[in-house]
Amino acid sequence: MSSATVGLTAAAATTADKAPGRRTGAEMIWEVLEQEGVDVVFGYPGGAIMPAYDALPKYAVRHVLVRHEQGAAHMADGYARASGRVGVAIATSGPGATNLVTGIATAMLDSIPCVFITGQVSSHLIGTDGFQETDVTGVTLPITKHNWLVTRAADVGPVLREAFVVARTGRPGPVLVDITKDAQQGSCDFDPADRRLARVPHGRPARGTSADAYERAAALIDVAERPLILAGHGIVQAGATAELMAFVERTGAPVASTLLGLGGFPATHPRALGMMGMHGEAWVNRAVQEADLLIALGMRFDDRVTGNLKTYAPRARKIHVDLDSSEIGKNVAVDIAIVDDVKRVLAALTPRCKPADRGPWIARIANEKGDAAVRDIQQLPDTGKLHAAHVIHDLWRLTEGRAVVVTDVGQHQMWEAQYYKHDHARGLVTSGGLGTMGFALPAAIGARFARPHDEVWVIAGDGGFQMTAAELSTCAQEGIKVNIAIINNGYLGMVRQWQEMFYGGRYVATPMRSPDFVKLAEAHGLTGFRVTKRSELAAVVAAARSAPGTVVIDFRVEQEDSVYPMVPSGADLGDMIRRPAPSVLVETAADSDEDEVPR
Amino acid sequence: MSPALVPARPRLRTFVATVEDVPGVLNRVASLFRRRGYNITSLTVGQSELSGLSRLTIVVACDDATAARLEANLWKLVDLVEVHELAAGEAVERDLALIKVKADKTTRAQVVQAVELFAGRVVDVAPDELVVEIAATRERVDDLRRVLETFGVVALVRTGAIAMPRAGVDDPTRTQSQSQSQKSASGT
Repeated sequence: MSSATVGLTAAAATTADKAPGRRTGAEMIWEVLEQEGVDVVFGYPGGAIMPAYDALPKYAVRHVLVRHEQGAAHMADGYARASGRVGVAIATSGPGATNLVTGIATAMLDSIPCVFITGQVSSHLIGTDGFQETDVTGVTLPITKHNWLVTRAADVGPVLREAFVVARTGRPGPVLVDITKDAQQGSCDFDPADRRLARVPHGRPARGTSADAYERAAALIDVAERPLILAGHGIVQAGATAELMAFVERTGAPVASTLLGLGGFPATHPRALGMMGMHGEAWVNRAVQEADLLIALGMRFDDRVTGNLKTYAPRARKIHVDLDSSEIGKNVAVDIAIVDDVKRVLAALTPRCKPADRGPWIARIANEKGDAAVRDIQQLPDTGKLHAAHVIHDLWRLTEGRAVVVTDVGQHQMWEAQYYKHDHARGLVTSGGLGTMGFALPAAIGARFARPHDEVWVIAGDGGFQMTAAELSTCAQEGIKVNIAIINNGYLGMVRQWQEMFYGGRYVATPMRSPDFVKLAEAHGLTGFRVTKRSELAAVVAAARSAPGTVVIDFRVEQEDSVYPMVPSGADLGDMIRRPAPSVLVETAADSDEDEVPR
Repeated sequence: MSPALVPARPRLRTFVATVEDVPGVLNRVASLFRRRGYNITSLTVGQSELSGLSRLTIVVACDDATAARLEANLWKLVDLVEVHELAAGEAVERDLALIKVKADKTTRAQVVQAVELFAGRVVDVAPDELVVEIAATRERVDDLRRVLETFGVVALVRTGAIAMPRAGVDDPTRTQSQSQSQKSASGT
């Protein structure tokens, strides 16, 4: 049944009457979703949301039945990240809603626009500890941009419309609308042409940008000898890739990216340096520490990006552009703040800057890069064993860098960031801020619906994959194609790496026995492959890509490989643990690495 | 607080916020303070002159940079209409306290005299104790409390500060709230 020809478009069963008239709350949920352009929702039914489900077949919204509500939340999130549109998930009250929580927090930390709809017990039961009653607006208050409890049918339409506006305007984020069962069952007059919101969003003053900020920023950029652009998620979210390119071409400044900023500037461009931070490239972190000007664009100086704040970028003046004024000065004091949409800011800033080349600075970084490349795993001899970095590098080559890659969290995620060269925005979908294991497979299902014509790859570890592996069943039922690369090292690899480096090599609770992933795929009616040598890789990847349905590839990689470079948590950014050079690799691998253990 | 910032001495600051009078709004404000670790001195909420809108007075001990971020974070609350920090010299600020103080026939005259000096009032009397009210600035309430402690304070309850810009001082809060509420009412 899992044929690729099974369409991704909604079964257009739009039999509902669209004329003004009486509607139930349940009907208005779907009618408003249609009006908002929602083509797919991810969800799981249950008692308090059953009226809504009962009305669903009349509307042209496709419903994807998940296997756990966490999956629904990640799917909505993955859909939003891959498309830039608002993702929607729906669940019942109580456990249905609390199962969404991890996914909502994931979206919150990465500013992803999602609307979560939950059923709630009938309004007369609220506060009585009724069956499957949970204070969902209370539970999700700190992990949503805003939430609403709707207890009357008449409020369903206006509140849902407001929810979409809040989710996507300003700094985007997840919102939740909790709708009681009686509000779904009740009815009121509804005019589809009346698109009123529950209320007009309150005006927000433009604050935090001084009148001369642009002149001063341009002046700082013009005099800088070693400027460095820090490109964050804001570039992707604002759709500012063209503006960033123009800014780079004019100022000559090189670009370092945050994890979520990858793809916002083409990785293969000569001015692209790669990722910064804890597992950033050595030459990138050194450039940060040596720069005399940081131009931070839509990023928030996360602790994984800065390392020790006291010694962070000690020589650099700082310009910070962000849409959210509460980010200014939160972690790093800056010289100039510009609080606005980064696309608009760059369009206004670029023409004010003088054209420049920055030759000596670029040459200096290139020098560092040459040194680091010697240590790079790609330079290591192919011993016939499989390195995760080789797998990801080869996937990049074979997919010509064009796939939408959805990662889980851990070592493979960092290797992906280092070795899959993203030239396009929204080509990487990954949980950055919350670091949610189990994210990849469901988020990839969401990305699949968002990008029906693009190749979607999951790259996940054996640990994270098993957290939400039940969604394989969703892939099979929906007949969708996702290619899944499990980087299987038999450990919770990133924790194991920390144990090796900082906990005396005591591997507590990190060795992990997994099921036979090939058989697991087959049990779902899907295709499974196993790869143990690099020489087998290309043929298997080709077979996977041409197979009609979802494919699982179990890559059996080196068990105790580590991600390098690594800035230990809280250490100075320039203080990186490096991959041992090839000549000493043999001894170091077997021996303890005392000299590598940081203070 | 960011260690990268130049440390500035924390001082008490007063913010006045206008918020929608909807369920949970106080919870949202309180949750923000808890989550971001702001050291809240007092938080009061009550009606404003505008229907459907409540006014909060928030007193926080923090430095300049923290104050700026606090304000920025408050602006992110969807239910918030506006928020302003009141400049120290340009605000009228009142804290209401009820103080139950020991006062028998030998000390009662002295207690009453002290209360009158602070422009407080005796609002309830028993043979051995009095209940005193005072509506004054935080500092004056503190001063009266210290004086009364020499007689013995049995119980104390206070509201925390409420505040508004002084008469004749430009009040951006008011004009903007009104235009906002008009816009909301028009429902477009």
